[in-house]
Amino acid sequence: MTEATTLPLEHALILSGILFALGLLGILARRNVLFVLMSIEIMMNAAALAFVAAGSRWHAADGQILFILILTLAASEASVGLALVLQIYRRFGTLDTDAAGELKG
Amino acid sequence: MEFAFDLSAAVAVIATLLAISSLDPVHALLYLIVSLLAVAMVFFAIGAPFAGILEVIVYAGAIMVLFVFVVMMLNLGRAAVEQERRWLTPRVWAGPAVLALVLLAELLHVLGRMPAAAGIGEGTIGARAVGAALFGPYLLAVELGSMLLLAALVAAFHLGRNE
Repeated sequence: MTEATTLPLEHALILSGILFALGLLGILARRNVLFVLMSIEIMMNAAALAFVAAGSRWHAADGQILFILILTLAASEASVGLALVLQIYRRFGTLDTDAAGELKG
Repeated sequence: MEFAFDLSAAVAVIATLLAISSLDPVHALLYLIVSLLAVAMVFFAIGAPFAGILEVIVYAGAIMVLFVFVVMMLNLGRAAVEQERRWLTPRVWAGPAVLALVLLAELLHVLGRMPAAAGIGEGTIGARAVGAALFGPYLLAVELGSMLLLAALVAAFHLGRNE
């Protein structure tokens, strides 16, 4: 491999940080449950990117293993979260997070 | 590979920004799919093809399709877009944007002070190495992941029932 094919680890970590900050902004600024779930997906994807980049830095497969585990977590979280979204919409008729603020069932 | 990395990183950031600022949930989901495909391209560029393939198949292909199906079932329409427009005023997103930017600036500052690390993307870690590690030292984590998926399946089935 020649020197031209590599790129610094910092670039991948900076991209991961930017994506994570965008996901955090989405969670803080949006009131729609659907957008909050999407922002959580963005943040988990950013964390997975950092893992894969670090694994590539040390030529180890462990980064991609952790990516697969994060993928499992994201799939479980999305299925449960979307079922909750359906229930919230069925009960309150809206996707506003404030509608489900009373926890009375 | 630096060219492919920079280009797809720019696409990922722009698509994510559009996804979290879009008013229509369907548009936001499609932008998010573009962002995930761009991150998959980043994985290919830094020599992790198996992660890139999984990102396309599982993230963009399965999880996002789940989101699209739920949006289709909710059938939100124009009223939801109007409501989003009323909610998403500059007064609402300015504060969180400043806070997130401060945290991001701190992170970039710390990264900038890091000693120059070796490059990434030289050589490829293929599916064979990942599979050998997954069913070798990480076997317990795979079993725990399968239990997590089973629990999520039961919970989604229970919560999604139609009373």
